[in-house]
Parts: sequence; C-alpha cells; structure tokens
Amino acid sequence: MSTTAPKTRSPRRRLGDLVFSGTTSGAALIILLALAGVAIFLTAKGVPALKATGDDLSGAKNIVSYTAPLVFGTLWAALLALLIATPLSIGVALAVSHYAPRRIATVLGYLIDLLAAVPSVVYGLWGSLFLAPRLVPSYSWLGDHAHWLPLFSDNSSATGRTIFTAAIVLAIMVLPIITAISREIFAQTPRLNEEAALALGATRWEMVRLSVFPYARSGIVSAVMLGLGRAMGETMAVAMVLSASGVVTFDLNSSTNPSTIAANIALKFADATGLRVNALIFTGLVLFVITFVVNFIARAIVSRADRRLAA
Amino acid sequence: MKSSTSRRLMVPGVAALALGFALTGCGAGNEGGSSSSSDSSLSGTLSGSGSSAQQTAMQSWRSAFQTKNSKVTVNYDPAGSGAGVEKFNGGGVDFAASDSPLNADAGEIDAAKKRCGGDAIEVPDYISPIAVIYNLKGVDKLQLDPKTVAGIFEGKITTWDDAAIKADNPGVSLPSTKITPVHRSDDSGTTDNFTDYLSQAGGGAWTSPHSKTWPLKSGEAGAQSSGMVAAVTNAEGSIGYVDDSAAGSLSKASIKVGDAYVAPSADAAGKALAASPLDDSRPENDIAVKVDRTTTESGAYPLILASYLIACPTYKDSGKADAVKAFMAYIVSDDGQQAAAKAAGSAPLPSELAKKAQDAVDTIKAG
Amino acid sequence: MSATQQSVQEHIPLRHPRLPRWAPVLVGVASLALSGILSLALGWHVVPWVIVALLLYVLILPGWSRVVENPRAAKDRLMTSLVWASLGIALVPLVSLLYKVVAKGLPQIDGNFMTYSMRNIVGPGGGVYHAIIGTLLITLAATIVSVPIGLLTSIYLVEYGSRSRIASWIRFLVDVMTGIPSIVAGLFAYALFVLITGTEGIHLGFGGSIALSLLMVPIVVRSAEEMLKLVPGDLREASYALGVPKWLTIVRVVLPTALPGIVTGVTLAIARVIGETAPLLIIAGFTDSVNTNLFGNAPMETLPVFIYYSYTQPGVDASVGQNYAWGAALVLIVIVMVLNVGARLLGRLFSPKSGH
Repeated sequence: MSTTAPKTRSPRRRLGDLVFSGTTSGAALIILLALAGVAIFLTAKGVPALKATGDDLSGAKNIVSYTAPLVFGTLWAALLALLIATPLSIGVALAVSHYAPRRIATVLGYLIDLLAAVPSVVYGLWGSLFLAPRLVPSYSWLGDHAHWLPLFSDNSSATGRTIFTAAIVLAIMVLPIITAISREIFAQTPRLNEEAALALGATRWEMVRLSVFPYARSGIVSAVMLGLGRAMGETMAVAMVLSASGVVTFDLNSSTNPSTIAANIALKFADATGLRVNALIFTGLVLFVITFVVNFIARAIVSRADRRLAA
Repeated sequence: MKSSTSRRLMVPGVAALALGFALTGCGAGNEGGSSSSSDSSLSGTLSGSGSSAQQTAMQSWRSAFQTKNSKVTVNYDPAGSGAGVEKFNGGGVDFAASDSPLNADAGEIDAAKKRCGGDAIEVPDYISPIAVIYNLKGVDKLQLDPKTVAGIFEGKITTWDDAAIKADNPGVSLPSTKITPVHRSDDSGTTDNFTDYLSQAGGGAWTSPHSKTWPLKSGEAGAQSSGMVAAVTNAEGSIGYVDDSAAGSLSKASIKVGDAYVAPSADAAGKALAASPLDDSRPENDIAVKVDRTTTESGAYPLILASYLIACPTYKDSGKADAVKAFMAYIVSDDGQQAAAKAAGSAPLPSELAKKAQDAVDTIKAG
Repeated sequence: MSATQQSVQEHIPLRHPRLPRWAPVLVGVASLALSGILSLALGWHVVPWVIVALLLYVLILPGWSRVVENPRAAKDRLMTSLVWASLGIALVPLVSLLYKVVAKGLPQIDGNFMTYSMRNIVGPGGGVYHAIIGTLLITLAATIVSVPIGLLTSIYLVEYGSRSRIASWIRFLVDVMTGIPSIVAGLFAYALFVLITGTEGIHLGFGGSIALSLLMVPIVVRSAEEMLKLVPGDLREASYALGVPKWLTIVRVVLPTALPGIVTGVTLAIARVIGETAPLLIIAGFTDSVNTNLFGNAPMETLPVFIYYSYTQPGVDASVGQNYAWGAALVLIVIVMVLNVGARLLGRLFSPKSGH
C-alpha cells in the first residue's frame, strides 16, 4: 500500500512512523472486517428466505413480491424526507454560518444539534400524538379538492398518519445531520474568496453562490448522503407514526400507505420465527444493498464535482 | 506513545466515566436490603421471555413474587410470543409465555420435548377479552353482529349509517361518517385471535384465515396496542380492536352472542373460556383450550385472548426447579390471578381450569 | 464630448437607492397584520396565519426592493428571507417537541424518579435509575470502542492512504456503513455474541455497545476526516522542515489543530446513537432492575428502551406508562445536552490557541 502523503513529501521513515501507520491501517482494517461481517451474516441468514412462500411472507407469493413494495416505500419515504430537509438544512446552515451574528449563531448551532439528540422514540411519540392529528384537515382538503392529482387520494386519512407525515418526521430527524455537516463546510470557506467577492460588489447571496457553494458542493452531497442513510434506515419513528399496509401507492394523504423495510422489520421481528426471520433479514440485506448503490452513485457525483472544480 | 492530544481527547470520556461510576457507586433506592423480612428458602435468577400481552400481568406477578422471595430475581423479556418459544426451545430462558399454545405442526411441541427431555408443561395463565373499540361522537353504546364487524374490517361496510349497523342498533341515530377500520401493523396474538373470531363467528363475511399478520392491505394501521389506541382516539369514525385492559376510556362495542349482545368484561371472558373444550390431542400436562368462538352461552364473550406459560417438567438444578414451580404455582393460584386482574384487567382462570393448571405445575421437579 | 461626460457625471449617482434600514421590520409587521386580518376574516388558526404572513413577506420585500433598488438586491433580499425562514421552520418542531417533553416530563422528575428502578413496582412510584446507568455504561463503552478506531482510520485516510486505491475503498465502505440501519446493527451484534458464547437469546450490555459502535464509527471517521483535511498543509510542512517525524507531526500538530472539530464530531456521533432504540431492544434487552455488568449474560435497561416499553406497554392506566415515557425522554435529552455543551466547552478549552 502507498504511504505517501498527497501534498507533502514524506520525511525519513522511522520506527515511530512504522508503528503509527501500522496502527492506523489496522484500525481501517477492523472497519472493513466489521462491514464484511455484517454483509456475510445478512447474506447467510437471508438466503434461506428465497425458498419461503405464502404463510411466511404475509401472503406474498415469493420473496421478491414480498420485498418489492417495501423497497418502494423505503425509497419513497426517504425521497420525500430529503425533498423537505435538503433546502431547509442548507438554509439553516447558511443562517448559522453566514447570516446570523456570531453569538446568536453559536446558540442556534446548539439548538439545531439538539434536534439530533432527541431519541427517535420521542419523535415517534410527537409525530403520532401531536403532529399527525393536526395535519388531518389539510389531508382531507387535499382529498376533496386535489384528488385528480396522482399524489392525492380522495380517501384521505382520518388520523393523519400518512407517508407524508412520516416524511416530515424523517425530515426533522435528518435535518440536524445535514445542517451540522454543511455548516462546518460553509464555515471553512476561505475568507479570502468571500472577501474578494464582496469587494467586487457582490451581494451577500452572490458571495454565497459564487464562493461558498462551489467550495462546499461535495460536502453538501456527502451531508445529504448521510441524511439519506438515516432516512432509509430510521426504524422506530416510522413504525410509530406511519399507518403502514405495505401497498404500492404515490398517495400522500391516504390511510393506506407503503411500509418501509426498517419499520417492517421492527414491527414483525418480535413475533417472527423460522423462515419469517430469514425473510426479514433478507429485506435487511436488500436495504443494505440499496444504501450501497445510493452511496456509490453519490460518490460518483462527488468525485466528478471535485474533478470539475480542480480543472 | 500518545501525547497531550490523546490526553485531551480523553477528558470528556474520563468525565463521563467518573459520572458513570459516581452513579453506579450506589444502587437504586428501592433495591436490595429488605431480605430480612423474607422467610423464603428460594433463591436464584429465573429468566423468561415471550408474549408482550402478558407484560403488565407478569410485572405484577414478578413484583409480588420477588417481594415474598427476596433472594429470587425473575427477569421477563416481552420479546413476543414466537421469540419467547424459540428462546425457550433453544435453552436460552427457563420459561416462556405465548399467546398461542405450542404448535404441533410447526414442530414446537417436539422441539420443547427435546429441550426439556420430556413433554413440556403448558398451562393457560392469562385470559383477556379483546374489546372492539370505536370513536363516534354521540354514540356511546354500540352493538355489532360478528358479521357486521367482519364487513366493516373487510371494507364492505364503509359508513356508520349502513343498513347492517342500523339493524344491530335499533333506535340509535347513526351519523353518515366514514368508517376508518384500524388494524395492528405489527404481528400480534391479538390480531391472530381477532381474525380467528371473525373467520369462525363471522358467518362467511370474513374470507381470510386467522393469522398474526393482518391479512388485508387496506385501512389504517397502528403499531402495538398503544398505536392502535392512539389511532382510534384521534380519528373520528374509526373502529379497532385491542386488549380490553388497554382500551382506556374509549367506547367499546358489544358483540352478538346467541341472541343477545355482550360487552367485554372479565366475567364474560371467563364464561366463554369455561364453555370451551380442552384440546385432548396433546400430552398430559400440556393444557390448551380450543376457544369456542361460536358459543351461544348466555353472557359469554368469546372474543378473548388465551395466553400460556410454558416450562419444563424437570430442571437439572433443584433450586431452579423449586423457583420455577413456586413462581408458576403462584401465577395460576387465586392470589396470582386476582393480582393480574387488578393490574391488567384480565379474567381470572375458571376454577376448574385453575385446578388442572395447578396439578400440572405441581409435577415440576428436579432431575 | 466633454458635455456628455459632464451630464453623465451629473445623472449617475454614486450610491444606488437603498431601502431604509427599517424596511424588513416594516414589511414583517405589515405581512403579519395583513395575514392577521385574513385569518380573522376566514377563522384560521395560528399556523396558516404564520404561513401566509411568511409568504407575503417573501413576496413583498423583494418586490419592493426590485422597484426601489435593483434586481440583484431584490434577489439578495429574497434569499436572505428564505434563509431566515428555513431557520424558523426548522426551529418550530424543535420548540414544539421540547415544549412537549418538558411540559410532560418535568412533573415526573423528582428524587424518587432519579434514584429508583422499576423493580417490584407496579403503577406509579418507580424511576429510571437502572435505565440511566445502562445508557451511560453502554454509550461510554461504545465511545471507547469507536473513537480510537474511527480516529485512527481517519488519520490513515488523510495522512497515509490519501489517494491510494485502498484508502478510497475504505472511504467508500465507511460511507456505506453510514447507511446501515440501526436495527441491522443490532442483528449483527446479536449474531456475533450468539456465535461467541453459543447462547441463543443472549442479552448483554456490551452487545449494545458493539451495535452502537457500528453506527458511531462511520460518523466519527467522516467528521474527523473532514476536520483533518482542513488542517493547512503548511503546518505539516513547517513541522517536517523542523525535522519532526511524520507520526509526531500528526500527534503534535495536526490533531491538536483539528481537535475542536473532532470533539464536536464525536459528540454528534454520541448524540446520534444514545437515543437508538432498535438495536438495544434486540441485544441489550429489557429489565427493571439495575445491572452494572456490561459483559454478563443479563439484560441491561437503557433509557430509549425504557421509553419504548413504557409507551407500548403502559399497563392498565395508560397515562402512568406515558408519564414514565415523557419523564425518561426529558432525562435522556438533558444527558445529551450536558454531553454536548460539556464537550464543546472542553473542545474550546483545549483548542491549540489557548494551550501552551
């Protein structure tokens, strides 16, 4: 393996260096082993589910028709959550890093971080007992007046526990993650670039657009990626908030909603035995693969952006 | 080889560690110390796992039993019936609690026999009515035929002023509110018993077999009993089913049994259980009740959940055998059943069944 | 020609016309008032009132600016409004949530609640002592496991591996790890310890720590990596030029410079995992007595699991269980807040500027 630093030339090798670099690569190796362990375990325990039928799969014909609606629900909920959370988070991060006076910004930063500290169970409590009932009027209005749109059903939820409510709760949960990272990156924008932009007569927004965003682009993508990971894997809040039936629908206001993989595992695992456990672990494996693919794509975007920036 | 940096990094960790030890230094205010008041010779730790429906009752049993036998600790993990039986059969726990009796077809009886080295002991210990709860303004008394209940949950009856509901409730003015049927989104013994009731008593109006997973893909879903109660509480026009003890202040429908309508109660559940035959295809000390959902016994409420305790006939450790035996004997005793009735609103076992259960428990011994 | 020049000088002012300083305030008050009149007329609640006021503000202020100032200034004002609005929107759920938790949780907190466990307690009168102990021990062990691994890996990625193929693979796989659903981490820990001990249905606190570490490590790696990358190369060069070996440069120069950021990252990682419920439900289990042994085969209660069970299994009087849940939620949030603020203060205290 290569041990040369990128921008700096390595000084003479010494024993301390050997030990230290060995330790660090050992740590990296542990991570790889853990990850391999997860993948191997999921595969070993998930593969028997390929034989499962009917009874073990809540009535689905085979494991594919069991998993597909869950995959849809997982992606749909995460997508909705990110659509809400990404612009908000970037706005919040900018407010903290570039708009608010320093003293207020520190306090605001703490407040937003606090959102990350709220346990998912509490989001579940809040979402199902407080938020959902308050959204019922909007959902029924949409059901009455906008059901010609493919996103709304005329059979609107009477409890408000729809996929959109779940997406709002998910958005609140991923917001501090995306914000925290974006904020750090924004704050690291070279001051010279910012001051140069302002000196040329740029407004504050133009300064942000021309000097902060290009610098932070890959950071934002990786922040959103982390948010996506959390949104797709979030278990308890979705299980408590969503009225999940496992159907495939784009309706945002119906009481019959898609379920997500993680919520489905949480809800079914306790009482599952035999092949049902394997089926649930198989869906866990699928979730794992999806995050793998999503991250792969995101990384490709990041590296291309970096290359463009470097060019 | 670490420098000041690592020491700096350690500071928050050390602070947290110190906090942790400061806290762990002293035990909880309510634990330990009171052993002098106990004259019990039992000691040791029992672990059990299984039904979450029994959790509340189990807590009151453990509390009373641990107070009487302060050297015994009973842990109970409400991991779910299936998981409990699996752990019991795998040797992970000393006893299990399950919302359905051991299933011969799934090999559970054989697995339990293999684990214990003899036919497992299984006794009913927790009988609870399942209430049909609803939320409908201005209607505080509702009567439903099982056929109507099945129609509502299948989605064939969609408004509260449907002719079928009107026929069950003469003289009651019903609004035209849309019905929102609510089911459990997790797998549960409550759903299993409810769908079993609908398929047997529903007179063909319910077309799916009984199962722990809600078989239909429509309607509102709530996670756990609490999610169910929250959904029904929040949604006007909704109807659901929940363990009677969890129903709280929600309105409960009376269901048609024979020619009369019966409200859920511990008494009525006990009557339904007394009217049901035992499953005689099972080993001697494996007492499973085949609940008669279509009973016409007056005052009986056949929409019940019967939950079981599962243990081994012999334990290698004599201390453990004694403790398991004493704990289970307490649960099926009159005292234990009354304690559960008070804490969880369950129906005490009918005396004849309690006697049978006591006899089965008495055969537990060291060996 | 000189005449034209003259007139240009006369007609182009040196300063663009600007909106008065109090313009945003005026528009804000006007929007609130307009929306207030509408909501009085139509009988709205507070929420639509605020939303409409916000929309009006975002429309009026840039509109006014466009007329008086110029399109660029208008756009700037629009974006400024949007940035502040997004902050406001983000704070609404936080305030609502915190208010709920404090209002419902505070009445539960007393000496009894903090020092009692739930052993032998049915109904009210118990406490969360056992859950606090469990949460602190499990999270502490998870931190002890994941911070060295995470930090060393990030050092490897930035200082040693950097552009090598292996490093980019590790970076990629760490990203994948951030996507591991917490419940899967729990399953992994469970399977691992069943394999090690051979006991089906095992419960132990350290298993929870392993599951949490799996979730923490990638966060620590990512944040520490970002922070290390931001340390200027000049600093390293200067150190090398003085003949300091590379490893000592990293330990003495690079790490202290990045320390505040790293501490923040670790804190965020703790905040992220301390409220995890799903994996602890599977591997750490549920008990109502105090257990301080992380490594024995016995369940260890944690605050999130306590909240979950109190909410889902509240007993006959559901309000008793829910009160426990809100009280425990408040305790958990306070613990995390203390960790957050404490770590930040320490981070600032030990940042290199104030050091020797």
